[in-house]
Amino acid sequence: MATRSRAHVIVFLAPAVLVYTAVMIWPLFNTLRLALYTSGEEGRVFTGLANFATLFGDPRWSGAFWNALGNNFWFFFIHMIVQNPIGIALAAILSHPRLRFAALYRSAIFIPTILSFVIVGFAWKLILSPIWGIAPSMLDAVGLKSLFAPWLGRESSALTTLALISVWQFVGIPMMLIYAALLSIPEEILEAGEIDGITGWAAFWWIKLPLILPSIGIISILTFVGNFNAFDLIYASQGALAGPDFSTDILGTFLYRTFFGFQLQLGDPHMGSTIATAMFAIILAGVCIYLFAIQTRMRRYQF
Amino acid sequence: MHKARHNPLNSIAAHAALLTWTAIALFPVVVILINSFKTRKAIFREPLALPSADSFSLVGYQTVMRQGDFFLYFQNSMIVTVVSLAFILLFGAMAAFALSEYRFRGNALMGLYLALGIMIPIRIGTVAILDLMVQTGLVNTLMALILVYTAQGLPLAVFILSEFMRQVSDDLKNAGRIDGLSEYRIFFRLVLPLVRPAMATVAVFNMIPIWNDLWFPLILAPGEATKTLTLGSQVFIGQFVTDWNAVLSALSLAILPVLILYVIFSRQLIRGITSGAVK
Repeated sequence: MATRSRAHVIVFLAPAVLVYTAVMIWPLFNTLRLALYTSGEEGRVFTGLANFATLFGDPRWSGAFWNALGNNFWFFFIHMIVQNPIGIALAAILSHPRLRFAALYRSAIFIPTILSFVIVGFAWKLILSPIWGIAPSMLDAVGLKSLFAPWLGRESSALTTLALISVWQFVGIPMMLIYAALLSIPEEILEAGEIDGITGWAAFWWIKLPLILPSIGIISILTFVGNFNAFDLIYASQGALAGPDFSTDILGTFLYRTFFGFQLQLGDPHMGSTIATAMFAIILAGVCIYLFAIQTRMRRYQF
Repeated sequence: MHKARHNPLNSIAAHAALLTWTAIALFPVVVILINSFKTRKAIFREPLALPSADSFSLVGYQTVMRQGDFFLYFQNSMIVTVVSLAFILLFGAMAAFALSEYRFRGNALMGLYLALGIMIPIRIGTVAILDLMVQTGLVNTLMALILVYTAQGLPLAVFILSEFMRQVSDDLKNAGRIDGLSEYRIFFRLVLPLVRPAMATVAVFNMIPIWNDLWFPLILAPGEATKTLTLGSQVFIGQFVTDWNAVLSALSLAILPVLILYVIFSRQLIRGITSGAVK
């Protein structure tokens, strides 16, 4: 084999490596590099970490940045505490061996996940709109009309509402992944538990849940990465200004406004790169925590 | 066996819970669809009623057809999605074959390099991607989007496909080699047909995010001639906020293609997700 020409290996690898390097890896490094420059009067000037100092400390920038970062963590937190329990519950019910119409439920519950953020954002905006009145009249039907408020228009509730809309859209993914994990648990383990008198809820809590922890870990990191480069839903329903008064601004919308510009503000590629670099660092930190801290500890549960 | 699993009360509770969530999941979609076929008055008076002979109206769709170039947007989305998928599958399968079939120096390193992009979102590099597209004159072309989506889809495609290609029997490939087939023929004639199910999984995984993306069309190709359906409906709806008929019809038109694709491919998609392709 050693004597055969190796040209074909290069031919097979070249297209993928070229496109991937040129359009993904190279721009990624270039973005990290651009964060170290600023545009002066004579073009690009190297300024080291000055942009980061501006982003984290200069009052003109830091307020918006910490606001977006805090909102982003809240967005992620809502996903974790709402999306995962609902996903696990749905998967647990679906994995019931004698459940009828399981495939039908599964496909129907997954439908929101395939819709674009634009559709989802506008659809919920219309439904929650006080003008149309679907949400208030439905609450009225169950006697809870007093609970209604223009949730998307209020600073105190807009971000949480958007996070819940996003949960509504994406709950299908944890449901599917956990469903798959539950189906892969060997029957013998459950039967062994039964002999010891562990059934029903106890079996779920003490046997199945520990076994699906690795899947919950994967879902958490996928959610983390997804949330920290989210943009579309907020942009589609609240616009680039992430209103009201920036209360729904997250890193994605902040990045968009900064580097692309909006209305009267001009785009600034260098500050944009700085924000992108911060996002990169946050995502990288999350992935590393997952890989080194969580995944290695969970391995002992796998069979 | 499990006593708890046979309890009829449990079964009723299970169906009640699933039905409730199914209703929550489908409610917004159904409300949008039924109201898109109603007159403005009926939309506001009876938002939850089905369109009747009285309230039926296509005025929203007429506005959409007149004002927005939805056929063009649809065509753009179609071209971008199909061509990107073709590149992802072809380039991804070729690279996966090289990584899984041949031993060469740097094989593991190359695999790791290509896998980096699974976890790092390509959006982080947007500033420099826009720079690159400006320099190469690709701004406001569909090619810019195709290149970005191809690069974005390749890491996971290579990862999944090389897992599958490792399972293709060596005997088969060696028999081909003894018969004098070139490495290219072995790849295209013997290996590719055998990993078709994995290719379908990769295609379905990539299709929906590409079709639905708003970020890159907004930044790289916002021109009228290159708008995708997602961006086109976003802009259209933004302009017609007060025309409820038009907005609801535009939303319905945007939902429809994805829903049709989903009905065709849902089995493949669900099998892909549940077969542990994401490990």
